[in-house]
Amino acid sequence: MPKDSIIYIIKTMKQKKKIYLDYAATTPVDPRILKVMEPYFVEKYGNPSSIHSFGQEAREAVEKARNQVAEFLNCKVSEIVFTGSATESNNLAIRGLLKALKRRKRAGEKVHIITSQVEHKAVLETCHDLEKDGVKITYLPVGRDGIINLDDLRAEITPETDLVSIMYVNNETGAIQPIKKIGSLIKEINKTKEHPIFFHTDAVQAVNWLNCKVDDLGVDLLTFSGHKIYGPKGIGVLYIRTGIPVSSIITGGEQEWGLRAGTENVANIVGLGAAVEEIKKHKEKMFRKVRLLQEKLEKRVLSIVPKSRVNGPQNFKERAPHISNFAFEGIEGESLVISLDLEGIATSTGSACTSRLLKPSHVLMAMGLPELEAHSSLRVSLGKFTTAREIDIFLKTLPRVVERLRKISGR
Amino acid sequence: MYNKKLLKHFTNPKFFGKIKNADAIGRAGNPRCGDIMDIFLKVDKKTQKIKDIKFQTYGCAAAIAASDMICELVKGKKLDEALKVSFKDVSSSLGEMPPLKVHCAQLATEALRTAIKNYQSKKND
Repeated sequence: MPKDSIIYIIKTMKQKKKIYLDYAATTPVDPRILKVMEPYFVEKYGNPSSIHSFGQEAREAVEKARNQVAEFLNCKVSEIVFTGSATESNNLAIRGLLKALKRRKRAGEKVHIITSQVEHKAVLETCHDLEKDGVKITYLPVGRDGIINLDDLRAEITPETDLVSIMYVNNETGAIQPIKKIGSLIKEINKTKEHPIFFHTDAVQAVNWLNCKVDDLGVDLLTFSGHKIYGPKGIGVLYIRTGIPVSSIITGGEQEWGLRAGTENVANIVGLGAAVEEIKKHKEKMFRKVRLLQEKLEKRVLSIVPKSRVNGPQNFKERAPHISNFAFEGIEGESLVISLDLEGIATSTGSACTSRLLKPSHVLMAMGLPELEAHSSLRVSLGKFTTAREIDIFLKTLPRVVERLRKISGR
Repeated sequence: MYNKKLLKHFTNPKFFGKIKNADAIGRAGNPRCGDIMDIFLKVDKKTQKIKDIKFQTYGCAAAIAASDMICELVKGKKLDEALKVSFKDVSSSLGEMPPLKVHCAQLATEALRTAIKNYQSKKND
């Protein structure tokens, strides 16, 4: 073996392996999924709209993935639209629905959307933007656990209400919203309502773990993306129930039932199909594995770090297995994330110091946390490649880092 | 995100801590923005020089590094010279801060100036 290679091997062995505990931000692509995608770059590069064999090969791949997704959501193939991201799916769901509805409505008739204060920015900012155009938006509050109250929702529904958009699992706290119950409530109300309320859910953080069969949930529109499920970045899905009025917001070619113009991102679509296939195979097992790690993580953190808490539902049943949001009194979250990163551990925070606006997490603020506590949050999110050893290393590192920062803050 | 120099002052600050019987304390920042800095001063009455200076900061890495840097920059300086140290001096001494974090340098100078003002107004009482 050449000397250089030996030196390289020794060097890499000495290097501490980095630990990734930010799966809620994005996941690595599963090598098995990458392998399925690979032929669609150089070899099978056809445009699915072309009628020759190159095109038809690509078309077949896209439709296979559509089948896989439809099976996963237990819906029709014609109800699946591939987009460029979950953000785009959310925009298509909300803006596309509104666009279609406005064409149906009489002059002067208002549009009303109900959403929550803890939605992802993709929904929240879309709603804020629509508000500027005169759309009435209601932002439901949440309790200290980050979960909306069904009575609050019921109280806000008016004859004008057109859309309810509530996320399935919160990306900062892992809190699970009662999607099934909301679905039933809306179905009940729709029985006597002049025009129906449509129900959209952003299920980005749920697909790995929870039941996403659209009929079980009672949703009309559902969003998710590839890069949170070990697939590629740059690919999203919007499920649109048959008969739900949605107009295209990106106009051009007739791709995706005329709802999303632009040549299909074939490799990414193939990757997303493979990703849901992987989830189908291992969902229950993975849920149990990650939940065990989460339980161990939280129990140990609370016992070894004084003045620490878990933000969000205190009951594991109301929380997805992959997100733990901690509060460490006296420490600002960004300095904690940077300190952990210098130790080779990647996490995230709802602290303002990572945002341009210097405002702390809107989710934690909506939950009623005092500002200083919202600044003191640390999100640790686990995934299918997380090991017990990685959690052990995190637990070994954390108390030292916390103590150091508390000494500096004097709090 | 941060350069090595700034990270060094964040991971190994030399001036953190409290001064018991400080001659003056200055605070800048608030819970809303998520940075709270306290600067403690010990002043030589005769020479009007900063004999000792320490800080306690709840804040991001840049805020902690800026707190440490302002202490380093003004220790041993006369009060009127210390007042001249600007946030630009703090930022450039840290090898330039990310634009989003320049307000941390402003906070650090604000905390120092408040401490000095508190000292001077005490003296005049």
